[in-house]
Amino acid sequence: MELLKRSFFGGKAAKIQFFAIIIAIVVLFFVPNFGSAYLPLFLAWVITYAVMSLAWTLFSGKTGYVSLASAAFYGTGMYVQAALGSNLPIVVSMIIAAAASFGVAFGIGLVTLRLRGVYFTIFTFGLSLFLNKFIHWYEVKFFHTKGHMVLAYDNLTVYYCVLVVFAIFLLVVIPMNKSRFGLALDCIGQNEDSAQHVGVNTTMTKVLAFAVSAAPVGAVGAAMATTIGYVDPDIAFKLLASFMPVLMAIFGGTHSVYGPIVGAIVFYSLQDYLLRELPGAYMIIFGCVMVAVILLMPKGIFGVIDTIIARRKRGFDGEVIGDV
Amino acid sequence: MSDLNEILLEEEAAADCGCDEKSTFVPDADAVIVGTNLTKRFGGMTAVDCVDFELREGEILGLIGPNGAGKSTLFNLVSGFLPIDVGTITFNGVKISGLNPDRICHLGLGRTFQAAKNFPDMNIFDNIRIGALFGIKGKSYEQADIETEEIIKFVGLEKYLKMAVPDLPLAIQKQLEVARALATKPTVIMLDELMAGLNPAEVDEAMALVRKIRSGGITVLMIEHVMKAIMAICDRIIVLHHGRLIAEGTPDEIANNPEVIEIYLGGEA
Amino acid sequence: MTLFISILINGCVLGSVYALVAMGLNTQYGVARILNIAHGEFIILAAFITLDLVTKNHTAPFVGFAVAIPVVFVISFALHRTLYKRVKDISANDGAFEGNAILAAFGIYFIVQNLMQTHWGSATAAYQFMPYSVKIGPADISAGNLVVLLIAVLICIAYNLFLSQTRLGKAIRAAAQDPAAAAMLGVRINTIMALCFAIGGVLAACAGVLISMKEPFTSISGLGYTTIAIIIVVLGGLGSVKGAILGGFILGYVGFAVSVYDSGFMLSVFYLIVLVLLIVRPKGLMGR
Repeated sequence: MELLKRSFFGGKAAKIQFFAIIIAIVVLFFVPNFGSAYLPLFLAWVITYAVMSLAWTLFSGKTGYVSLASAAFYGTGMYVQAALGSNLPIVVSMIIAAAASFGVAFGIGLVTLRLRGVYFTIFTFGLSLFLNKFIHWYEVKFFHTKGHMVLAYDNLTVYYCVLVVFAIFLLVVIPMNKSRFGLALDCIGQNEDSAQHVGVNTTMTKVLAFAVSAAPVGAVGAAMATTIGYVDPDIAFKLLASFMPVLMAIFGGTHSVYGPIVGAIVFYSLQDYLLRELPGAYMIIFGCVMVAVILLMPKGIFGVIDTIIARRKRGFDGEVIGDV
Repeated sequence: MSDLNEILLEEEAAADCGCDEKSTFVPDADAVIVGTNLTKRFGGMTAVDCVDFELREGEILGLIGPNGAGKSTLFNLVSGFLPIDVGTITFNGVKISGLNPDRICHLGLGRTFQAAKNFPDMNIFDNIRIGALFGIKGKSYEQADIETEEIIKFVGLEKYLKMAVPDLPLAIQKQLEVARALATKPTVIMLDELMAGLNPAEVDEAMALVRKIRSGGITVLMIEHVMKAIMAICDRIIVLHHGRLIAEGTPDEIANNPEVIEIYLGGEA
Repeated sequence: MTLFISILINGCVLGSVYALVAMGLNTQYGVARILNIAHGEFIILAAFITLDLVTKNHTAPFVGFAVAIPVVFVISFALHRTLYKRVKDISANDGAFEGNAILAAFGIYFIVQNLMQTHWGSATAAYQFMPYSVKIGPADISAGNLVVLLIAVLICIAYNLFLSQTRLGKAIRAAAQDPAAAAMLGVRINTIMALCFAIGGVLAACAGVLISMKEPFTSISGLGYTTIAIIIVVLGGLGSVKGAILGGFILGYVGFAVSVYDSGFMLSVFYLIVLVLLIVRPKGLMGR
């Protein structure tokens, strides 16, 4: 309770932030009434990527362990929806999907604790590929089909579902960042050995953070499966779902919750635009943008803005914006 | 394929103890840390070899030896940073070998590292406060803040509070690490080369700090290369060479021990 | 018996090609510290170049080596000199560089794959290479596969001789063990890193030419080879060339044996091996 107070009402900035989030969510709640029929689906995807990117930032951004497992959690959510969606209300199956992703991440976290640096990254990369191939083999072997149909919902329902996940996640992440748990994660990112020797249970902190970050990804995966109407391993565990959240987070910056959100808005809008206007060149341009982001924005868009402000204050113009 | 065999042989070798005989080590009655039969191997190299040692309540125990003697490895075994191959360590009668460093810290054992490991993106206050917050479970933020202030005064870091941690002089970085370890409210603190790389004035300050820590009721185990310091402040000294414990005694006894003199002066090491 | 000999030889063929692929990735990671996710794309690029030579210019597939190797070498060298060097400059430390390099490599993967898809389309591509078989004992073995095996083994031997006997090879091994020390001893570390990245690309190109002789491929099959290379490299130990060869043959045999039983299960088994291995022995069989 005290934590909630400090996170949202302690100081002017926290209050402004709290009301800004509430207003944003309320606005988002009513927006679909005013736009085109396509708008809810578009926004649902933006929010989905925002959730995935925020989730990545929560674990990898803080601890420095680069995870490429987003696709594994997202796909787990999609498959839960495919299996249970026709019998259960979407809210229930989303909760189960979140729990399933939490469980997968918790298990993976426990067994991969020893891995540091690039080994952890390889493991998480391999995990998504393994689930893809394994489920593919399993389906063909035992069901003689590839993929499953998913009961479809209308776009507005799905939009509200992911919006709720987003709101809950945001209201959990902000206090968490300020809590002892968030502090422990910061310590791990800055010096894991030292953190362990002053009494931080680094093992449990990492595993829990990894699992907590996986849950909402599973939930949005379940929701978005219903808009596609069909899942197969290549859709559910697509590599892009592992890399997009990382790039969005890097683009936006990992030091605040706004970075990943801004990253998701910009990147998904770009993807959507390119897909509609230049479908042939979409992937190539997208690849170039990815490389450019890594090269030009190592500290994210907020880092770039900070640098520009700092240069203005010092009284001379920055010649190359990205050169931080 | 021969490499595969080597790996297998190594693992086999790690399984048995390798000590000449079973340890008959009987620790002192007021020992707080007792290590029995400690052995640690890295591949084919035995870094710590059948070491028995004890740390007695309230003393300053010096751990010396040439580079590569296994001093830091021994520290890492005690603090739980490295798993032990053979042997046991007890702390106040509780077996701590096999526990994680955070559990050992909660039992009241603090340590520093040879190369100071601070949190670079936090300020000095927060660096110390982390120790206060996590060193003892369930401590309130207010209490942690008060204790942090006390420790800053105790160690004497007031004038550096505004500086960024990576910009601090080496001596202060090391003191900051000591301060964070102290914030966990340990009963025993292990200092790894607190004085290496410091100038004579800074060494004097560091010696004063160690004495002050001990007068606060904390038992000290320290690795040190600065002989002037170790001879002046230690109650007892133990000497490691090639992973084996070769001498133990008061500073005077150690200074006159022919084997120790041989190692330091005759030096094939 | 027939099955046994068939597994023995075909596993060996598969293993030798895998070893080449993995050696390339390992050279790139071992020195330049780049886990190149775009590795497989250069394999497929070389395969397409060879395909064009064979089908359009009616040359022998061996000419593929002469064309693909310089092309991939130049592209890889330039990539390291421009892109990865800059990534290194902006990364705070080695760990951050490895993370950023993986992401940058993914961007390259995306670009190269889609350029190839635009140019060559997404249909399965293949050509006929020595379409007759040789009898070894009771088993029929494809003559093309035997040639592939021979070339792959020769390249492996040549590469190891290069590493152990030449000045440049020794500099590369020194840089792999301790870049800072090597730099102090007068090794031009940035050039060596770029060269290693390019040499890794050359090995990929060789593997690509051989793969085009041996099996059909598509513009999107590159990632499959990349992941196999990653698996082998993890199996053998990051940075260990001998480990890459050993791992390549192990995976070749396991892969061929499993595919006899159930071909769809092969990749799952590969990933399972690597996931388990990472947990049990993260530094690989030959890792230091």
